[in-house]
Amino acid sequence: MPSLEIRDLFVALAATPDKPIVKGLNLTIRTGEVHAIMGPNGTGKSTLSKAIAGHPDYVITSGDVILDGKSILEMEPDERARAGLFLAFQYPSEIPGVSIANFLRAAVQARLAEGEELDATAYYKRLYSKMDMLKIDRKFTSRSVNEGFSGGEKKRCEILQMAMLEPTFALMDETDSGLDIDALRIVAEGVEAMRGDKLGVLLITHYQRLLDYIVPDFVHVMYDGRIVKSGDKTLALELEAKGYDWVKQELAATTA
Amino acid sequence: MKPPTDLLAAPVLDVPADDASAVENPTVGIDQSAGDFTYDVKYEFDAGNGLSEDVIRYISSVKKEADWILEFRLKAYQTFLAKPMPTHWATKDLENIDFNKIRYYLSQGTKPKRTWDEVPDDIKRTFERLGIPEQERKFLAGVEAQFDSEAAYSNVKDIVAKQGVIFCNSTEALREHPELFRKWFGKVIPTGDNKFSALNSAVFSGGSFIYVPKGVKVAMPLQAYFRINAENFGQFERTLIIADEGAEVTYMEGCTAPKFSTSTLHSAVVELVALKGAKIQYITVQNWANNVFNLVTKRAIAMEDAEVKWIDCNIGSRLTMKYPGVILKGKRARGEVISIALANDGQHQDTGAKMIHAADDTTSVIVAKSISVGQGRSTYRGVVHIPKHLKGCKNNTECDALLINSNSRTDTYPAIVVRGDTHAVQHEASVSKVSEDMIFYMQQRGLTEAQAMSLAVNGFVNDLVRQFPMEYSVELKRLIDLEMEGSVG
Repeated sequence: MPSLEIRDLFVALAATPDKPIVKGLNLTIRTGEVHAIMGPNGTGKSTLSKAIAGHPDYVITSGDVILDGKSILEMEPDERARAGLFLAFQYPSEIPGVSIANFLRAAVQARLAEGEELDATAYYKRLYSKMDMLKIDRKFTSRSVNEGFSGGEKKRCEILQMAMLEPTFALMDETDSGLDIDALRIVAEGVEAMRGDKLGVLLITHYQRLLDYIVPDFVHVMYDGRIVKSGDKTLALELEAKGYDWVKQELAATTA
Repeated sequence: MKPPTDLLAAPVLDVPADDASAVENPTVGIDQSAGDFTYDVKYEFDAGNGLSEDVIRYISSVKKEADWILEFRLKAYQTFLAKPMPTHWATKDLENIDFNKIRYYLSQGTKPKRTWDEVPDDIKRTFERLGIPEQERKFLAGVEAQFDSEAAYSNVKDIVAKQGVIFCNSTEALREHPELFRKWFGKVIPTGDNKFSALNSAVFSGGSFIYVPKGVKVAMPLQAYFRINAENFGQFERTLIIADEGAEVTYMEGCTAPKFSTSTLHSAVVELVALKGAKIQYITVQNWANNVFNLVTKRAIAMEDAEVKWIDCNIGSRLTMKYPGVILKGKRARGEVISIALANDGQHQDTGAKMIHAADDTTSVIVAKSISVGQGRSTYRGVVHIPKHLKGCKNNTECDALLINSNSRTDTYPAIVVRGDTHAVQHEASVSKVSEDMIFYMQQRGLTEAQAMSLAVNGFVNDLVRQFPMEYSVELKRLIDLEMEGSVG
């Protein structure tokens, strides 16, 4: 069974490599599992996901990330993506003049073997079926990627890309931020529809709210660059009730 | 909610994409990497290296020209000698052109063939390799294929010829249609317009002559293809297109040259005449090798209710200086320039537009987009002139520059002179850089850095490319992909 293993990972900004943000994080995700990482702002959740995806602003100073038994640290971001890693961005970039349909087509084409041409009819058939699943209007894909999109449209666009690219592991960075409740439900339904034994998911979220719709198998609490507590879905409810201070106090008590 | 089974497709394949295979079958034959070849050709007529009155007399005698043309050429030569290089405003790189080294005339004869079978083998294989005969069959109303100084092939489909449309090269036109030619020749662009228009006027050879009679609308485009084959060669084609009242025509030109270690000069003069109510669309997709000095003067005159649209794409060359213009001579005339320029390492695209309003209620539109890659430099130069005595003129100018690398360069020199108080003028300019976050975003979806750059650039010019005929937009996209491939390291 494919797995994504994060081993004793230290991450810093490339500009300040001596100031780690993620400080020795361990986590293993298998396909078929949905993990949620929760934690207060500024604790390194987004840094973790960007570093795994290979964002050039971040540097991994020690530790390893292993996908299907192979370290991905020497791989370019696009190689990691083609190896099955998908990052749903908190703030997706705008690509002026490039339609969603053409962008996705290029991304799908990039996954074909050299010399193999994309079957346009089959591609559009698949695109439209995914759009139907996510209740996305057909006109949507002729718009430029994320340009002038509302918060909800941007997230829906991320989920559509995820559905089309069919990753083995999806990192979802604050996918719930900026969404009203209807949009949240649609996004969550989309993720639920893709859920299954061929996909592993890491949900990064600040609030418990998203977890009402995507029920995780595991919940981890991240604080000061580490996972400090792990449990099942009841941990999220406990956090919601008691707040992050509870974790902080507990942590202070154990380390004191 | 459980997923329907058909949505659970196979895991993503781990196969790196390699998109370097685009070169083999260029759609419209302007792919420079596909054009970088040369075959030995035996030239029957060769004016040797360097320029003199004797060279001009030689060219004129090979073409068996009338006396007035020789006189016109010799006078232009004096103008060329008298004019300084425009280095007080343009790049000093112009000083590197060695006029004494250039070969000003090379041909196998002055009579182009009407069928590809008659074209001499050594020339025919060049055009076949570039795919020209194939395109002609597919989507063109007529083709003229110029090889160095003269057209090797020129043909217009019967259906178009029967409408009275004339499509030939300037050598033939001067022989067979002197009255039509002479009426407008040098009238839109006078010899002394600039040093290079004077040079062209002295040594011009080849180029297209088109006459579309009153009310005739040519449905398919006419195309000219300009091929430089010889080293140190100067190509000086002269094009004159006349659309008579109410006529409509689209003309496209493409060009390539092999990559030589020495520089090559391409200096054309293109004059368009759109009479009352006529429409001319002139499309250039140019992709010269990066040793070519490409110094071209293009201008149109638009009479009452006429429309002229220049679509000008400049990729390649060492230095391009080109500012297509429209003189809006008649009331309600409309002029438009759509310009796309891509400057890569060692290239300078100095391009733009000129709009000279000379009648009431005339409209001009300029949209220029440039991309600078690596140490490439793109310059926009624009002139919009609306004098005081006119009423109701409109101009809209938009120039956008995209920088790919932090050492890329762009400059913008818009000169807009508007006098009077009944005109509407709008000017917008922007400079943007492809952001690291945007590239990362695309890479995260599986595109290589070069593919991501290429897509960003294609997106930047997409709204303009959509106005192109299909074959050209496909080709342009491919050219951009090729340019961007080597741009990331």
